[in-house]
Amino acid sequence: MARLRRHRSEADEQAPLRRGPAPIIELDDVTKVYPGGHLALERTSLSIARGEFVFLVGPTGCGKSTLIKLLIRDLDPTEGEVRIAGRNIGVMSDKKIPLLRRNIGTVFQDFKLLPDRNVYDNVAYALQVIGASRTEIREKVPETLRLVGLSTKVHSYPDELSGGEQQRVSVARAFVNHPPLLLADEPSGNLDPVTSIGIMQLLYRINRTGTTVLVVTHDHSMVDKMRRRVIELYEGRIVRDETSGGYDSDESTNEFAMRMRAEMGVGPEGTTNGHSDELI
Amino acid sequence: MRLWFFIQEAFRALRRNGAPGIAAIVTTVVTMVLLGVLIPIVQTTQGKSEEVREQLLLKTFLYDDATSGEISSLRQTIGEIPHVKAVDFVSKTEALKILGERLDDPDVLKELNSNPLPASFNVKPDDAANLESIRVALTPPDEAGTPRPISPIIEEVKDSREEAQRIEQVTGAVKLVLTVITALLVAASLMLVGNTIRLSIYARRREVEVMRLVGATRWFVRWPFMIEGMVVGFAGGLLAILVLWLGKVTIVDPLSDTFALFAAQNTMSFTLLVAILFSAAIAVSAVGSGITLRRFLRV
Repeated sequence: MARLRRHRSEADEQAPLRRGPAPIIELDDVTKVYPGGHLALERTSLSIARGEFVFLVGPTGCGKSTLIKLLIRDLDPTEGEVRIAGRNIGVMSDKKIPLLRRNIGTVFQDFKLLPDRNVYDNVAYALQVIGASRTEIREKVPETLRLVGLSTKVHSYPDELSGGEQQRVSVARAFVNHPPLLLADEPSGNLDPVTSIGIMQLLYRINRTGTTVLVVTHDHSMVDKMRRRVIELYEGRIVRDETSGGYDSDESTNEFAMRMRAEMGVGPEGTTNGHSDELI
Repeated sequence: MRLWFFIQEAFRALRRNGAPGIAAIVTTVVTMVLLGVLIPIVQTTQGKSEEVREQLLLKTFLYDDATSGEISSLRQTIGEIPHVKAVDFVSKTEALKILGERLDDPDVLKELNSNPLPASFNVKPDDAANLESIRVALTPPDEAGTPRPISPIIEEVKDSREEAQRIEQVTGAVKLVLTVITALLVAASLMLVGNTIRLSIYARRREVEVMRLVGATRWFVRWPFMIEGMVVGFAGGLLAILVLWLGKVTIVDPLSDTFALFAAQNTMSFTLLVAILFSAAIAVSAVGSGITLRRFLRV
């Protein structure tokens, strides 16, 4: 629990999300009880600093998804405070919630892609709905698609893509606006191990651009091998918060991928997914 | 750019959501057509009854066997009644001539063997409010309370106010029935537009979810649905106006040459009617969408 810190600085209340000393995510004694009486989170406190890559693990029903929903204020905590970049989002007016969400990219297990739009339009959609200019869209979408390795699939529709490719589109959509925080809820839940590594590598690449990444998963083996900070939830409580193994934050994306493949017992250069990993 | 995005989204939804959209359009058309018929009818009848009220006078019809002496003495008696402004004698021949002028085809009268019209005095009051007192003076009630004419040559005293009242009664009934029907249809349109939007929200729940996640503002999410509703209203209004215009050209215009009632003296111009219906159609659909969005779209 060494990493648990508590910052309570009222001056940071107005701090912009992209800068400032406050941790990007702070939960202070948060309890969430659902209307049916189910206790999803119990007096949970945690703090995640800017630029971290954190795993949130635990079995189904331990409160992981609740936590994600609290962070984007899809739910309000029953008790306690959720602070993003030092701002208590519980007191945020309804009008400002969209602005909060623009600064948090979200990736889900079921991708949530729009089936009647191609890859480009799916990613562009995220910019369109926040009112980005056409020039901005034309600039950012291809750039992001290059980053996730889908430059050649721009005109494909979601049902023409593999699961891994679909998840890359969804990551691209979450990251196209370059949010300072990216939340991934079981991003590899539907994918095979090799493809999962590809997605983790992509998230790591995004993390190296300075974005804080929080990955929710129940895949313990993957987490142990990634050697990043792990927060484990069990029945609504934090039971573990530690950095496993030798944490090397300067590891390059390729080194990372090679180590992951080695540890997972998969051949080099992702023989099954075949995405270009040479960027960054 | 944004407006174009909203319109594109609205049409994308309408294409996918065809059947309920068409149902909503059809209801809007029916509502607007009815409203388009109602407004001129109410206006015409209202104009008619006002016209009648303006010409308020007592028609004192005389028996055919009245002698000219009796007539001139009655004329004097009537002229002495307080509040009488003027007394005009209309002889049987004059009455026939007046009727002939009113008819488009005066030859019809030639078919008549004799003149069925009675002679009469048109008694004008100085003020419409004094009509009743003059009538009482002309036909004072006897001991039993039944009105008796002051002269044996008076067959009947007719009050054009009765006509006015009858017209008003009919107008009132027509207005009431049409208003109720229109109100019901407006409610039906509201609900059907609302239902269309609700289905559209359901069909596009993924888009809505994604929009929420990436931080679209509430109105950004709502606008495409609002526009979808307004497109329904626009289409409905346009079709209704087409139907009304066809009706006007093929039915009302030819009839108004023949019948005085159709020669819509006091109705508004067709352009104004079109404008009113159009705004009504769009307003109804916007309200329908708005209510549904408020209820079913949590952003």
